[in-house]
Amino acid sequence: MFSQSRNDWLLFIGFSIAVLCAPILMEPFGGNYPDLLQKLAIFGLFAIGFNILFGLTGYLSFGHAAFIGVGSYVSIWSFKLLTMNAIPAVLFSVIIAGVFAFLIGYVSLRRSGIYFSILTLAFAQMCYSLAYSVLTPITNGETGLQLRALRTNPDLGLLDADIRVLDQALGIQETSVPTPNFFGLQTSGYEGFYFCAVILIVGFFIAQKITNSNFGMMLKAIKSNQNRLNYTGIHARPYLLAAFVISGMYAGLAGSLMAVTDPIAGAERMQWTASGEVVLMTILGGVGTLVGPVLGAGIIKYAEQKVSSWNEGIISDFFSFLPAGLQDFTASFVSLFVGEGWHLTLGLLFMVIVIFLPGGMMEGFRRIVGLFKRPNDNDTVSNSATAQPAE
Amino acid sequence: MDEIFLQVLNGLDKGGAYALIALGLTLVFGTLGVVNFAHGTLFMLGAFCTVALNRMLTTSYQRVNPDKTDFLGNPLKEDIPYVQDWFGADFSAFVFDYNVPISILLAIVVMGLVGVIMERGLIKHFYNRPHADQILVTFGLAIVMQEIVKHYFGANPIPQNAPDIVGGAANIGAWIGLGDNVVYPVWRLVYFAFSATIIFSVFAFLQFTTFGMVVRAGMQDRETVGLLGINIERRFTIVFALAAIVAGLAGVMYTPILPPDYHWGMDFLVLSFVVVVVGGMGSLGGAVLAGFMLGILQSFASMNQVKAIFPGIDQIIIYLVAVIILLTLPRGLMGRKGVMED
Repeated sequence: MFSQSRNDWLLFIGFSIAVLCAPILMEPFGGNYPDLLQKLAIFGLFAIGFNILFGLTGYLSFGHAAFIGVGSYVSIWSFKLLTMNAIPAVLFSVIIAGVFAFLIGYVSLRRSGIYFSILTLAFAQMCYSLAYSVLTPITNGETGLQLRALRTNPDLGLLDADIRVLDQALGIQETSVPTPNFFGLQTSGYEGFYFCAVILIVGFFIAQKITNSNFGMMLKAIKSNQNRLNYTGIHARPYLLAAFVISGMYAGLAGSLMAVTDPIAGAERMQWTASGEVVLMTILGGVGTLVGPVLGAGIIKYAEQKVSSWNEGIISDFFSFLPAGLQDFTASFVSLFVGEGWHLTLGLLFMVIVIFLPGGMMEGFRRIVGLFKRPNDNDTVSNSATAQPAE
Repeated sequence: MDEIFLQVLNGLDKGGAYALIALGLTLVFGTLGVVNFAHGTLFMLGAFCTVALNRMLTTSYQRVNPDKTDFLGNPLKEDIPYVQDWFGADFSAFVFDYNVPISILLAIVVMGLVGVIMERGLIKHFYNRPHADQILVTFGLAIVMQEIVKHYFGANPIPQNAPDIVGGAANIGAWIGLGDNVVYPVWRLVYFAFSATIIFSVFAFLQFTTFGMVVRAGMQDRETVGLLGINIERRFTIVFALAAIVAGLAGVMYTPILPPDYHWGMDFLVLSFVVVVVGGMGSLGGAVLAGFMLGILQSFASMNQVKAIFPGIDQIIIYLVAVIILLTLPRGLMGRKGVMED
């Protein structure tokens, strides 16, 4: 299980160090605060999982946000009914998201190409609409599902029984608004980030193993030519379904971590634009690469926090070196893209990446490295050949 | 009976909008082979042509009216639209009343331009890229257009009024002998008639003109048409512009029914894609049929009697139908063999 080539170990160790040192690495960029760091780790995990499906098999799902939502809701219910400990919440979320992914994947994978995208989209939209309407008793509709303190005022006749079965068995009693914990350690702030970071590293390791395994090889074969695979007598659908379930479980895990670090779950997490966002993260970083999706997720979440917090005043100060007329003009033009207009930047970025750099940032790095290598080096040629995006 | 008839009517105008959007979507897909995720946004842009025209017409300046005073005794300042100043009060009243139909003219020009620019500037380069890339780049474009509209027109819905003459409700029940219970807004009937007209003209255009013949041939076999020495690229551009205009007009006429909102594009995109897939990719008749069918099904599902049996069915009916159709009829209702099966 732990037999990997030396390069893979180096990649894994380098990745782990980078993730664990993220607070230090993000310090110069002004990104060293727990809320952002948690988001980086969570969406990194989501993108890694999405990449197992989209990057390896080439099946573009537009419904992965549904599993995020499922994971979040299951976690909150685990907090409500079982225990405030994060471990059962995470485990149950992964399992239930896996079950959902199995059901949706079983049906959707009967079709490929755009039909598959539309089917997953349809299922995700169904989950989203139902969470808002009929399933309100479970999801609490637009308000969102959250934890609340037990009402323990006997004078007013308000006396809630603590229904957290496991906590009761262990004799843990919550009085104020309970917060999730990890065996007594709180899971918000930096502790929360390290909780997510460790899971991210484990998730990365699993993804690395999958990519390098025979199973991963089979998934890549599906992407490069499914017909030929069929001709050799191999039924591709079980492999696809396994990949779909695994990536759904990653999404459920990410959703659960969102609930663990901030115990509220709302249906807007399941909207299809959220699925679009993870596609963008994967594409931006580099489809089919291991580090790429995490990088893409990090950049987008970081830019979202930063760019959407800038306003016209900051921009105007930034361009103060220009002559007055030009400064106003530039500032008003640039302010189109920041603050409220962050999505405009995102959309443009999306287009630029797809048009000019379909392999994402990892391909960009490779091209830059290729420029500095000697041209007779065969290595670059074979590298760029294997890095081609989905057919 | 009255109730059922009303729901059919309800479904017809909604279905009209779906059918118009899906028609352009499937036309573009069938000829250009491009999956356009920005098509819903074109519908939204059309709707905002109405808003823009309204803004232009109501551009006004302030004038002090010496005859009237406000409650403090100062001369009253009035907002006078330029149109009123230049062309007189009668004309301006007429223009304001007929704002929506007049915007059709504006929308034809604007949407045609947008279509040509989009096709020449972006889509052209994606003919031979994988469908996933086409989806992604047009999705990005949709976000960009949506955000630009949001920047200029704000995030709130902007209600538009139908002309007074068709602004009221029609007592349809009395016309066809169903009693006085069936009362329905006239504008929605107009919308249905309008969408039917557009659909028929598009079909007639494709069926009875040489240009249409080439386009239909291109839908059958693009390469052969190109090999016959026909400039297929230029016709693609025109087809794309046509699809954009159809979507835009659907948007213009929809504004009195639902106040235009910047995220219309995304809302209608998902639905119209489902419509196209249910109808069969690349099948024009299928798109129209599926559009009306899903519109009517949706309004039936929102009846209280139905909701009492299947709670929440109104929210998911379209997706549910799509899933069932795709699993039983892989090519959709009227899909042709060989489309999207590579």
